[in-house]
Amino acid sequence: MKGNFIDNLPKVYGIYTGGFIGFIIIMAIAEQMGMTAKAIGIAFVAFTVFIYALIGWLSRTAQADAYYVAGRQVPTVFNGMATAADWMSGASFVAMAGGIYFKGYGYMALLVGWTGGYVLVASLLAPYLRKFGCYTVPDFIGTRYGGNLARFSAVVVLTVASFTYVTAQINATGTIASVALDIPFQYAVYVGLISILLCSMLGGMRGVTWTQVAQYIVLIIAYLLPVFWISNKMGAGFFPHFMLADEVARIGELEQQFGFVKNAAADLKSVPKGLAGITKAHSAVNATPWAFISLALAMMMGTASLPHVMMRYFTTPSVKAARKSVGWSLFFIFLLYSSAPMLATLSKLSLIDPNLPTGIIGKTFAEVEAIDWYQNWNQANLMFISDFNGNGTLELNEFFMGGKAVVLATPEIAGLPYVISGLVAAGGMAAAMSTADGLILAIANAISHDVYYKIIDPKAETAKRLLVARVLLVVIGFAGATIAAMEIQGILGSVIWAFDFAMSGLFFPLVLGVWWKRANRQGAIAGMLGGLAAGTWYLVWVRTGGSGFLGITQLTFGIFGSAVSLVLMVVVSLMTTEPDKATQKMVDDVRVPSGKTILGKSH
Amino acid sequence: MSNQQKHWEKTRSLLFITLAIWFVFSIGIFLFGAEMNEVAGPFGYPWTYWFTCQGSLGAFVILIFWFANRQEKIDEEFGFSEREDE
Repeated sequence: MKGNFIDNLPKVYGIYTGGFIGFIIIMAIAEQMGMTAKAIGIAFVAFTVFIYALIGWLSRTAQADAYYVAGRQVPTVFNGMATAADWMSGASFVAMAGGIYFKGYGYMALLVGWTGGYVLVASLLAPYLRKFGCYTVPDFIGTRYGGNLARFSAVVVLTVASFTYVTAQINATGTIASVALDIPFQYAVYVGLISILLCSMLGGMRGVTWTQVAQYIVLIIAYLLPVFWISNKMGAGFFPHFMLADEVARIGELEQQFGFVKNAAADLKSVPKGLAGITKAHSAVNATPWAFISLALAMMMGTASLPHVMMRYFTTPSVKAARKSVGWSLFFIFLLYSSAPMLATLSKLSLIDPNLPTGIIGKTFAEVEAIDWYQNWNQANLMFISDFNGNGTLELNEFFMGGKAVVLATPEIAGLPYVISGLVAAGGMAAAMSTADGLILAIANAISHDVYYKIIDPKAETAKRLLVARVLLVVIGFAGATIAAMEIQGILGSVIWAFDFAMSGLFFPLVLGVWWKRANRQGAIAGMLGGLAAGTWYLVWVRTGGSGFLGITQLTFGIFGSAVSLVLMVVVSLMTTEPDKATQKMVDDVRVPSGKTILGKSH
Repeated sequence: MSNQQKHWEKTRSLLFITLAIWFVFSIGIFLFGAEMNEVAGPFGYPWTYWFTCQGSLGAFVILIFWFANRQEKIDEEFGFSEREDE
């Protein structure tokens, strides 16, 4: 190919997308010719991971600015795709539709929160941090406020938040690898980890960027294709997003008809752990305004504080491109997020409507137990029925399902070929891998650049710095995998906590660093450490039986943490001397797009 | 007032407008979630349900692009936009 790689990007990824669709078609033909479901699953996961590893190898580099910020030449739209993949985790892909399916409106605060945060990113932070020219988020804090303690505090907050998040992602890659490759979870976690490291180790941010674009393409095809296919197959409408109003209304009708019968505690004990029944209305408002708003607000402020997202905007060629790129990121995220409620609707209706051939509510237990897909998913521990009232027919309150089943099992229930299930596994793997890569890289880069190079050994040569960065990448990856293998908490719980930790410690120090010239070092340190400590204390307090206050729960503790952070930062800043002239000049320079970046091209 | 101060003043008012619109779609309308859901909205979905599925999300996408364009105009007006060769 002529010209350089960047100019050829649309062509390269066009060919890649065509190749991937070709692969899906070949698999579909192979299925017709008798290829087993298991072989198809292995082929999908192995083929896509091989491609990512190949991209990771082709992107290898020995230069600091390529390793840390992909050489700052990632075009707007492609950076948008990479950010979308970086952002949408295994939880978004596998668990989100399930959450909506079970919890309805109260859960959908996450959809609003995980998108609305990008408005804050675009208007408050991303362009200014790009102008700053930093490699990492603590790089900004350390230079704007000055001093090693400020820099180190930022590294601490970043590590706590990102590490909480990354164990959940490695857990998700392990779950998918163990299902698709049919190996035990404890080993699958390490298979997932090695796939993740193959993408990031040689090329750093450059490798991660180009694999994330490839992963976005896989995950969005894997999410949208089944949604459209199922909708058409059910006759619900050829463009589900605009045409499911009747289905939503029908679910409401059925809910009225069946009623939400509360099960006895003794009956519920027999239900396997992790499975739930439908107990909340699908489209009705089932949460108080504050419960909804506080969750959305926590997720929005958390979005604007998570370093692995912010650092994606350090890779654009200009400040202008950074702003536009945030818009593209959110557009690509929107494509998936707006489809999740549609998938939840289709999935629920196909299961509970007695008028549909797939509906199981109202059938006898013998009938349901004879269905192939029920047997498969019951065996996978994701579906369960039990005749609590002993009348022999399945009632709404007697059917239990795992959250993951909405995405994983719906294609099979709707009667789609197995090739779609293989595709969905590859999509989930892509989603979890891309987020894990971004997170591990964020932690390793912060420690190698901000702690090792800036604090411990400022004279280190590039080769040595990058070696340290790579060693840290492996160490952090293995630490994450080890904790993931212990299976401490569910995927979604730890994801939400990560947002709360990040906003507790970083939101106000970052925002005020740009928007309030008077903010100084002492204030920022107090804000970061005080906010993180307050948030953590609140979480522990509520988890150990504390009552909480103002309706702030263990999912929204960041609201308390960030409020403490704001107060401390303002009070301490005002009580101490204002920043020196050089720092104030630096803030002025950050506020205009033109001119040189604050930190040099290679620093 | 220097050129740079004027630029920052305009930038700041754009921020306030952007955050006000953001507030409406992320928080404001959900204060009235229960009442609004009684009314049929776009494509026949109940209004609140539609906002959580598509409406607010789409509004954020449009808002960011609008914001980016306005900010570029402000930067150009005061001569602070980046040159291509930088």
